[in-house]
Amino acid sequence: MAQTLSEQILSRAAGRPVRAGEVVTVDVDLVMMHDSLSPSIIRVLHEELGAERVWDPERVAVVIDHVAPAASVQTAEKQADLRRWARAQGIAHLFDVGRGISHPVLVEEGLARPGMIILGSDSHSTAYGCVGAFGTGMGTTDIALALATGRTWLRVPETVLVRARGRFRPGVGPKDLALRAARALRADGATYAAVEWHGVEFLSVMERMTLATLSIEVGAKAGIVPPGVDRGQGTGDRDGLALPLASVPGWLTLQEAAEYSQVVEIDLDALEPQVSAPHTVDNVTDLSALGRVAVDVVYLGTCTNGHYEDMAAAARLLRGRRLAPGVRMLVVPASARALQRAAEDGTLATLLAAGATVGTPGCGACIGRHMGVLAPGEVCLFTGNRNFRGRMGSPQASIYLASPEVAAATAITGYITHPQELLASAEA
Amino acid sequence: MHILTEAPMARVWMFGQDINTDQIVPGRYAPYMLKHEDDLRNYPFIEHRPDFAAQVRPGDVIVAGNNFGCGSSREYAPLALRMVGVGAIVAPLFARIFFRNALNLGIPCFTADLTGQLRDGQQVELDLEQGILHTDDGRTIQLPPPPAFLREVWAAGGIVPFYRAYGRFPGEHA
Ligand code: SF4
Repeated sequence: MAQTLSEQILSRAAGRPVRAGEVVTVDVDLVMMHDSLSPSIIRVLHEELGAERVWDPERVAVVIDHVAPAASVQTAEKQADLRRWARAQGIAHLFDVGRGISHPVLVEEGLARPGMIILGSDSHSTAYGCVGAFGTGMGTTDIALALATGRTWLRVPETVLVRARGRFRPGVGPKDLALRAARALRADGATYAAVEWHGVEFLSVMERMTLATLSIEVGAKAGIVPPGVDRGQGTGDRDGLALPLASVPGWLTLQEAAEYSQVVEIDLDALEPQVSAPHTVDNVTDLSALGRVAVDVVYLGTCTNGHYEDMAAAARLLRGRRLAPGVRMLVVPASARALQRAAEDGTLATLLAAGATVGTPGCGACIGRHMGVLAPGEVCLFTGNRNFRGRMGSPQASIYLASPEVAAATAITGYITHPQELLASAEA
Repeated sequence: MHILTEAPMARVWMFGQDINTDQIVPGRYAPYMLKHEDDLRNYPFIEHRPDFAAQVRPGDVIVAGNNFGCGSSREYAPLALRMVGVGAIVAPLFARIFFRNALNLGIPCFTADLTGQLRDGQQVELDLEQGILHTDDGRTIQLPPPPAFLREVWAAGGIVPFYRAYGRFPGEHA
């Protein structure tokens, strides 16, 4: 019987062929926990579950990314506790302040690999679908239980297929595809389901992460890009991350006859830049239909669009230009490695010359805790994944989600702008 | 379901659709950011609906629109609701992570659309054992039970007591 990628991964883990709708208990390959929820996870693990040690310290990654560096004595103290705990438990993979956001870091380190089941204490753990892993987010208690036992229960999800055709036009990219899918599926359109993204084998691993992270915004349990297909033009390793794609297990394949609960077709040749307007992610329109929206802040970052590719795309537009008067541009790289690459090839210098400022790799202001939170009445053009009221600070602020190209164009003009307006002259 | 007590008259708190976890507890009010984790009890819906935290009483029922709890994995969102004693949440569809977190914490979640049948501030009596809601205007509303394989977790009062009692996961054979 033909299976979806989620069915294949969960069948292998369950040791028997399973179909959507079945409930399985499986061994997990990797558990990721971050600074924000670790204190409560550790408390549940030891005090409520009575476990003294994690089941396998080699399969646990601890990342300090949500408030990095610490913004207060409280957070500093909890991070110090977390470091001590990780050392005492012999946790093999501790990524401290500045290394970056958990999701890109685990992929860069080769810890997230195709076919794995990865649990993260973070809803955007769907990100690991960028290498063809089944990544899913869970809360404190589920993560603590997985740390204690190495196992979890999952209902095998139905799969919603998003099938892209064609190629992006200049100034249009993966973020626009993901927002277009959210517009079609709505915020609850893939609840309890997985999303598979087909027709995007030409994207790099981190570009695939844009799609995988946004899968949770339509409610999905996992968001998977088929790994390792189309090795010719397929440039999954364009960004030097050949390792994860080279390790695609033979049993993980695209099966033509797999059953999908819904199919969304998106024609990339006709796709325009998309913008998600306040205050829900599925409130998406074509940028051209948006009208004139002036912004105070342009924020380029997050696990969705803070990658090297995103900084490079923004730099292409910002080269030789300056931010509009009165506009602030914050760049918070998704990882130290992305920052390093941007520093090495001049991308960073271009952004700085244009007037942008750069923060420590990590989550930054994405969750409204530090490093650029918004004041009442401020408008932010954000390359992240959530525009919920109050997400980045004041509940009276407005957040518009868009691509790095739109972010750069907007930084130059001061209002939400189609990159095409500036691209022509950028290339001239 | 011995641990789930029957509350006397409870207030209905109506909420709209797509209520996200940033509305339930903004990330800025996470226990991580607070001096004492227990302070979390002051913050459910602190910005979205500030009267809630001040006036909610143990046993009160949240009745919401579609996609309740969408967004983040923060278990402190349902934890804040448990701290103030929310008796049950009723919505046509729950976001997946929220549903798991609430189940794990022993908060009864009923998948049903009551948005057109109840009004904010209405008094109800919830019989959790039978899954029946009695309204102050004399109606009786039967709530659908949770999926069979999860009923045991519910009955145990959450995943920790369930796992400690049975040493297995929901749906896993004994
Ligand atoms: S960047 Fe934002 S969405 Fe991504 S893990 Fe950090 S807080 Fe979550």
